[in-house]
Amino acid sequence: MTLLSVKNLRVSFDTEAGLVEAVRGVSFSLGRERLGIVGESGSGKTMTGRSVLRLVRPPGRIEAEEMRFDGQDLMALSERDMRRLRGPRIAMVMQDPKYSLNPVMKVGDQLMEGLRQRDRLSRSEARAKAVAALEAVQIRDPERVLEAYPHELSGGMGQRVMIAMMLIPNPDLLIADEPTSALDVTVQAEVLSILDGLVRDRGMGLIFISHDLRLVARFCDRVLVMYKGRVVEELAARDLLAARHPYTQGLLNCLPRIGGDRGPLPGLDRNAEWAR
Amino acid sequence: MTASLPSSPWAGRLRGLGAALFSLAATLLGLLFVTFIIGRVVPIDPVLAIVGERATEAQIAATRTALGLDQPLWQQFLIFVGNALQGDLGTSIRTGEPVLQAVSRAFPATLELATLATIIGVLAGVPAGVLAATRPGSLADHIVRLVGLMGYSMPVFWLGLIGLLLFYGVLGWVGGPGRLDAAFDMMYEFEVTPVSGMILIDTALAGRWDMFVNAISHLILPAGLLGYVSMAYISRMTRSFMMNELGQEYITTARVKGMPEWRVIWVHAMRNVLVPLITVIALSYAYLLEGSVLTETIFAWPGLGSYITDALMVNDMPAVLGGTVVVGVAFVLLNLLSDLLYRLVDPRAR
Repeated sequence: MTLLSVKNLRVSFDTEAGLVEAVRGVSFSLGRERLGIVGESGSGKTMTGRSVLRLVRPPGRIEAEEMRFDGQDLMALSERDMRRLRGPRIAMVMQDPKYSLNPVMKVGDQLMEGLRQRDRLSRSEARAKAVAALEAVQIRDPERVLEAYPHELSGGMGQRVMIAMMLIPNPDLLIADEPTSALDVTVQAEVLSILDGLVRDRGMGLIFISHDLRLVARFCDRVLVMYKGRVVEELAARDLLAARHPYTQGLLNCLPRIGGDRGPLPGLDRNAEWAR
Repeated sequence: MTASLPSSPWAGRLRGLGAALFSLAATLLGLLFVTFIIGRVVPIDPVLAIVGERATEAQIAATRTALGLDQPLWQQFLIFVGNALQGDLGTSIRTGEPVLQAVSRAFPATLELATLATIIGVLAGVPAGVLAATRPGSLADHIVRLVGLMGYSMPVFWLGLIGLLLFYGVLGWVGGPGRLDAAFDMMYEFEVTPVSGMILIDTALAGRWDMFVNAISHLILPAGLLGYVSMAYISRMTRSFMMNELGQEYITTARVKGMPEWRVIWVHAMRNVLVPLITVIALSYAYLLEGSVLTETIFAWPGLGSYITDALMVNDMPAVLGGTVVVGVAFVLLNLLSDLLYRLVDPRAR
């Protein structure tokens, strides 16, 4: 069953320096599966993710032939209806909890905000749910974390809080935009396995945006490879290491391998032809 | 694996308070020192100012000894500090009245004016700044910028005179110069207990609403004028702080959660804007407390600004210095207050 289908998505910025096209005709569809989007910085992967939520900042403009989520045309929805989807139906985990959590609000207030404001739960009901959500991301003393401010948390804890916050309303689709790139390698693995378990258990659709191909290959079912705002290759994750496209091969080759050749890593081969 | 939180922040908070009190004491001492030095370097002979030009040598010498001017400078400073700490700011040469007594009469008038002006400035400036920040480049943004620019660039005395001419002289909507109509002035003196020295508060406490209304009609024009100047500053700073916060990632988070735009702006962004804005408001308030001399002159407002200016005109240095010390203390206390508020709104500063 298709949860999300995107056809010919374009995101452009009308800046003083001229029109910048960040995404140029991206199409994909997604069921309750895990789709990875990979590509180097500036390839348009983040903008693709944010377009689904219609949260591209002005002067950015989103255009698409079709962008359907669960039967609703996202391009035609009013801002008000779009707001109803954000949170309970589509959520997003961002890269760095240092910036994506409000620095002057207690973690608890941020976790409970949706429950209090949208679902009109009482303080104690909301609190109970927030505690449960923190336990689900394996935070051991949730009561204390609720009273903490974001700067008092480590990066790994902050990202778990972020994941807990986004999963509280049980969305159907989660967009994870480089959710572990700002974390230490050891913490990365933990956060990933937590995310993996939750998404699997709840049967959500996941768009996993990353520049780390090997990670995506392990973690996702299907992968889109983006270059300069376009999808250059789409393939099953298990076939990734056998990718044919030279750009994908390039991305793979510029990752160092433990026990591998210690010589200089090859530079990424970029060919304007691929972006046509 | 679970990372643990740092221990209770109370110890740090107490240490912060101790440091704040120490810096407060040091600042006040510095203030007294600078004031003292100014009193000594201005080319006004305090002895001559008291005894006049025709005094005999003996009279001059006697006065010099009485003022302690024959002592070494550091001793004079110690005496000055000691007296100031006991609330003795010297005696006015012009009136023979203790400076503290005169200042405590004039200061509430200034405080009342500056406070109301700041309230006006905040109530108008913050929403205007937010409006401009959320619609950059729009008509509203341009209007806010233009109105702010006018507040920045038009001289207060000119605006004051035009305001008086229009609203008092021609339209008769407001009371004229002074804090009350002449008829109420005398009544106020005898019938209202001066609890705070601020007419609005004292008349309200006494239940004299007729006088209260009259005081407002006198206060509204100068306070509105100063409030406009303060609004110009506050709206500009609010706009730039708000634009900065709206570009932050946590704003996107709030939107991803499906929060309505008013909540994103007035709760998520505003709480962060408040952190620097508190300092801006405190500065603007302090500026009004010390700097409303022109306004006080035009509106015949018997405040601290007028008091110091009048004293300066007749070389009444003890009055000038005493007034300066009081303004300085108000400034320092306001800074302390804004520092404490800052800690309150920004958990990272605790």
